[in-house]
Amino acid sequence: MVTLQLNRVSARYGRRPILEEITTPCFQGGQVVALLGPNAAGKSTLFRRVLGLLKGEGEVIISGTSAARPVGYMPQDTGAKAVLTVYESVLLARMQGRGLKVQPEDLAQVDRALEELSITALGERDIGDLSGGQRQLVSAAQALVQEPEILMLDEPTSALDLNRQISLLTVLRRLADERQMLILVALHDLGHALRFADAAMMLENGRLIACGSTAEVITPALLRQVYRVSTRIESCSKGQPQLIVEAAI
Amino acid sequence: MTTETKFTEASLSETRHPETALAEHVSQGRAFYHSQVFRRQMILVALVLALFFSLCVDLALGPARYSLGEVIAALFTPDSVSQQARVILWEIRMPVALMALVVGASLSVAGAQMQTILSNPLASPFTLGISAGASFGAALGLAFGVAIVPAAIEFVVPINAFVMAMFTAFLIHALSLKRGVTVETIVLLGIAMVFIFNSLMALIQFFASQEAVSAVVFWTMGSLTKATWPKFWIALSILALSMPLLARHGWALTAMRLGDAKAESMGVNPRALRLEVLVLVSLLAAIAVAFVGTIGFIGLVGPHIARILLGEDQRFFLPGSALCGALILSVGSVISKIIIPGTIIPIGIITSLVGIPFFLFLVLNHKKASW
Repeated sequence: MVTLQLNRVSARYGRRPILEEITTPCFQGGQVVALLGPNAAGKSTLFRRVLGLLKGEGEVIISGTSAARPVGYMPQDTGAKAVLTVYESVLLARMQGRGLKVQPEDLAQVDRALEELSITALGERDIGDLSGGQRQLVSAAQALVQEPEILMLDEPTSALDLNRQISLLTVLRRLADERQMLILVALHDLGHALRFADAAMMLENGRLIACGSTAEVITPALLRQVYRVSTRIESCSKGQPQLIVEAAI
Repeated sequence: MTTETKFTEASLSETRHPETALAEHVSQGRAFYHSQVFRRQMILVALVLALFFSLCVDLALGPARYSLGEVIAALFTPDSVSQQARVILWEIRMPVALMALVVGASLSVAGAQMQTILSNPLASPFTLGISAGASFGAALGLAFGVAIVPAAIEFVVPINAFVMAMFTAFLIHALSLKRGVTVETIVLLGIAMVFIFNSLMALIQFFASQEAVSAVVFWTMGSLTKATWPKFWIALSILALSMPLLARHGWALTAMRLGDAKAESMGVNPRALRLEVLVLVSLLAAIAVAFVGTIGFIGLVGPHIARILLGEDQRFFLPGSALCGALILSVGSVISKIIIPGTIIPIGIITSLVGIPFFLFLVLNHKKASW
């Protein structure tokens, strides 16, 4: 089973430190880990550092995999300038590092990724004609089609309507449960994190200030400190924890 | 934590059972992809046929006119035509006609990849200053007999042009390596190069003799009549070497059009790819410009026409750009011979005058965005 652990991981842009000595427990395949924190906390930078796009001190330890590229990444930028159909743009993500010839297996994986995200009907559309939310789902399909063992998604629900937010997070949950994928997802909606994630990491100003189960991290005291909001957490009639935001401080 | 998965196909197909709709869409998506691939293959075949027809017409036209039948006979069974026809068609017209194809293809491929890696629809050898650098090098040779690199007199002008074109390209590369330089900055650097070299050209023309000024002006118009067999083989070799090297990066280059962040997420190293491709296409453009002068239109428009016809999947866009560029210059060569009988108008003038209205017609009548 794939595992990911960060050991004193840092990153900087020029001389400006963005991440400072992030150390995490060992996350395992089958977990959904929510990456939380206010804007500019360093969430995207942490993803780029794990992916190897940024250099820095510390170790990113990935084990339990023999794949050449075990990590898939969906960035915030959903890039939609090219003259390509949705089907082509997902196939494109699949074919990186492979030969020019497309095999039936590659097309099957494209079909599967589109199907997972319920966007098969968009296959023939030009990516430039899509709405922001549709582009976000296509971007998720591009990450998924690479068959990663660790999937990182940077605010994948930011442009989606409520129905599609829940659908996407449900799919992510199922991928973790059924395919033993390790999923790291940056979220602004803490209610979603409580509902769908097993664990959470809270970043503030490039530092990891809390890491553990969602119940341990998403607490009124910590939310008051990091987000400057007063909150309550109550159990609903089904026994699930619900976050109630009372006011900004 | 286990959550039940529930697909919400309702928004996509409200009246059908979700699973039925899904299966139909899966097969439709792949079927559409296959039909798209087939359509593009047919377009490429059509472009090849059009290119062959244009080549034959180009060969047929000139002071001595031949029918298409005679040209085709001379191409496939040279012994079946007269000695005179064989010499005119093979020795005089063929290098010029083939040079049009190779130069057109080279400039168009160079423009296509510059537009791709810089994500800018205005990028081309002309707008990045490579053609202007070549013109300056040529003008030094034509006006003052300066040879930047010692060479036989026949090759002083093309070698000067080549050296200056590559110098410009490497200068842009070197500056682009500086910290904080974006693709927009690279395009601005290119435009700055154009202005610098245009000023230097004006300075040369100010000091040069009247005859030298005429020669410089004629060179900058671009002319295929400078073509010879050795020049053709050199240009063809560079093109033949570049195409597989570019095709090798086909998927990565297509990903570049989604932006650096997206390309990186797919495992592409945009910075390394940008530099490698920039060197390669600069070489292509420099060779083409050195041998026939500046033809600005092809590198800009050839890729846009290919994009409209074939999209941006490099498996089709790359050969499509080459074919479109070759076809435009070959048709331009034909028109340059027939517009005023007995006079061959410089090709650079024809491609711009005839090609730009055609290009505008395509862009304005195309239903989908082409950039």
